Amino acid sequence: MSVAVIVIITAILALSGLAIVFGALLGFASVRFKVEGNPIVDEIDSLLPQTQCGQCGHPGCRPYAESIAAGEEINKCPPGGEATINALAALLDIDAPELDAEHGEEKPKQVAIIREDECIGCTKCIQACPIDAILGSAKHMHTVIESECTGCDLCVEPCPVDCIDLIPLDNGLATWHWDAPKPLQIIASDKIPHSEGAIA
Amino acid sequence: MSQLESIREIFDFHGGIHPAEMKSLSNQTAITKAAIPPKLILPLQQHIGKASKVIVEIGQHVLKGQTLAEADGFISVALHAPTSGKIEDITDHAIAHPSGQSDRCIILIPDGQDQWCELQACRDYTRLSAQEIQTKVQHAGIAGMGGAGFPTEVKLHPPKQNNVETYILNAAECEPYITSDDRLLRERANEVVAGMAMVASVLKPTTCLIGIEDNKPEAISALKAAISEIDDINNTRIELAIIPTKYPSGGEKQLIKLLTNKEVPNGKIPAEIGIVCQNVATVAAIYRAIRFGEPLISRITTLTGLHIPNRGNVEVLLGTPIDWLLCEYGYKVPESGTQRLIMGGPMMGFTLSHADIPIVKTTNCILAPNDTELPLAPPAQACIRCGLCSEACPAELLPQQLYWFSRAEEYEKAAHHNLFDCIECGACSYVCPSAIPLVQYYRHAKGEIKQQQASLKKSDQARKRFEARQARLDREHAEKEEKRKARAEAAAKAQAAKKAAKPEASDTPLTETPSTEKKPAIIAPAPELDLSALKTAWDNAQNKLNKMYDALDAAKEKNPEQVTKLSRAVEKNQMRVNQAKHAWQKASEEQSKPTEQSEQAVILGNIAEKGEL
Repeated sequence: MSVAVIVIITAILALSGLAIVFGALLGFASVRFKVEGNPIVDEIDSLLPQTQCGQCGHPGCRPYAESIAAGEEINKCPPGGEATINALAALLDIDAPELDAEHGEEKPKQVAIIREDECIGCTKCIQACPIDAILGSAKHMHTVIESECTGCDLCVEPCPVDCIDLIPLDNGLATWHWDAPKPLQIIASDKIPHSEGAIA
Repeated sequence: MSQLESIREIFDFHGGIHPAEMKSLSNQTAITKAAIPPKLILPLQQHIGKASKVIVEIGQHVLKGQTLAEADGFISVALHAPTSGKIEDITDHAIAHPSGQSDRCIILIPDGQDQWCELQACRDYTRLSAQEIQTKVQHAGIAGMGGAGFPTEVKLHPPKQNNVETYILNAAECEPYITSDDRLLRERANEVVAGMAMVASVLKPTTCLIGIEDNKPEAISALKAAISEIDDINNTRIELAIIPTKYPSGGEKQLIKLLTNKEVPNGKIPAEIGIVCQNVATVAAIYRAIRFGEPLISRITTLTGLHIPNRGNVEVLLGTPIDWLLCEYGYKVPESGTQRLIMGGPMMGFTLSHADIPIVKTTNCILAPNDTELPLAPPAQACIRCGLCSEACPAELLPQQLYWFSRAEEYEKAAHHNLFDCIECGACSYVCPSAIPLVQYYRHAKGEIKQQQASLKKSDQARKRFEARQARLDREHAEKEEKRKARAEAAAKAQAAKKAAKPEASDTPLTETPSTEKKPAIIAPAPELDLSALKTAWDNAQNKLNKMYDALDAAKEKNPEQVTKLSRAVEKNQMRVNQAKHAWQKASEEQSKPTEQSEQAVILGNIAEKGEL
């Protein structure tokens, strides 16, 4: 009888001892390895194109990333287009929806150019640029730092003299790369017979 | 000599193929010199790196060898006038590029004089310091002439921590059809070996090797003769390593593997494992640049393919239009079949969209094949997973996997399978029984990955700028707030100071009003004074009201919870001011009624007191 009690008490003590130890360990870990902020927001943000254009209805890419993390639709980013939607869908493990046309269409990459003769130096576009890519001061001509411009379109509307154009990004030699071969699939009988003496 | 060559062990690289060589089409005749064309088109970018910077003007007359554009930065080379003439234009012109796009070119119209500018010859290079040789090479505008066009001067600056152990001269010329290096070695082996000695005097390698395929016996014997004539460089003898013919033994990494059994690590350059590899034509150009001071203005190009009647190797001025050159050598646009011009060899070259394209520093071959010798690729069929491609791959990759990943646009996985180690030699496509254009898939995938990386970099940059701007705006806002606070505090202090001073100011109406009550007799004879007191009271009340407005504005900014309270107070004060005004007006109208006035004054005194709030 007493042996059984001792056994029971030992078991209870041992288990509660374990519980205390692991509880302390978990408690320590939750303090020591506390994750600041929401890491998924950073991951989503890194997939967004960072044009900061606001076409999604949020004042920048990070706010949109935050709302995606909170459950918003992932198809509201026209500059990122299908590629971004697919990447987001893969990250969040959901089906990739079509781009929501309400927020705009996917366009080729653009860059803003100020027609400098017409610029009156009002600084309105400078204030509108979300990434400080426009250079200039009051009553002096402004210019866009092309290498920084994301083509977000936000500077066009405030311009009182309409001297800002968005032009498609130059697809010059620097950015050229080979096209994908046409995925042509034929059956054997379509094959042209090899001519005699061919080497390749 | 024969001793040295037998000592060296030759290793092997994985895979490789043995396509028909077709070299005898063009290596039977001596190098001929092409005439000066009526127009030279000189692209500013004939090399890897940054385009050269133009230093001449349109309309300027230039001499042969004069610098037209100088190197822009470290990885860039200069460009020189191939003959004397006039700069007609600096404009966009179609260039030798698989895209068929245009690029900036200098158009030079030769004057036919072919007059050299002043050149700095040097009889004995051993008197030159390493730095002087490097500078001469840099000024001569030499870029790798084997096909890649890497600025040669950069190769003469190996990373300091890695001393160059082995210096390899690449004379393998493994690609079918091309014989420009073969003919160069047969005819000018002395120049090549002398150039090699010059480079060796800079790099100070412990081993100097010439790697050459065994299908060039004439070139080998010419090299042997040239080597036996030259002295040792820093006690290093040039060794000739004869390698078996196998495509792509002339690939830099493959040749290094063949001769040293070392592999160049992923993403690194050979210099990092102590090896420098150069093409024979490049070395010959270095020789001419140092011995005679001649910049790189011409090169030897193989004109071959059954559509060209006078096949052979030709020393041609850079910038010579290909259509003009082919015309000179009897090429006629074929009437039947496909008209194809390939720049480079059949394995790694690319088809030109048209022939109005200039010869550049990297043009080692122009191939105009007919349909029987080089038929068009048959339509691609499905991959049957035979695995021949991975057997042929000289980079030991898995071409089939890379194909699937590239096709499915799974670029990340493709990169993970070392897509970027692919040298695009075309061995996999060559052996593919389904004729799948594998290399094109890889090229496309590489381009896509690079583009993705570039846009990622750009978006990171944009994010940084956006965050920096956000921080700046926040900071400016905080600063403004700080200033506003400071101003409000100053105002409050000033108010407090005024309040302290107030009793004296408000004394007049306060002391006077009770006195009017107590001693109306005294007041009565002096209604004028009373009137002015009323006026002062009204002014005071008005001032107070103004201050209240200020306080309300400040409160709106700082502590909104007080706004309602304050605005109520302001309303009250407004009422009082109106009352005061009214009282004064009344008083001034009815000066003869002192009692009323004194009543008003009492009210005013109260107002003034309450107005303090």
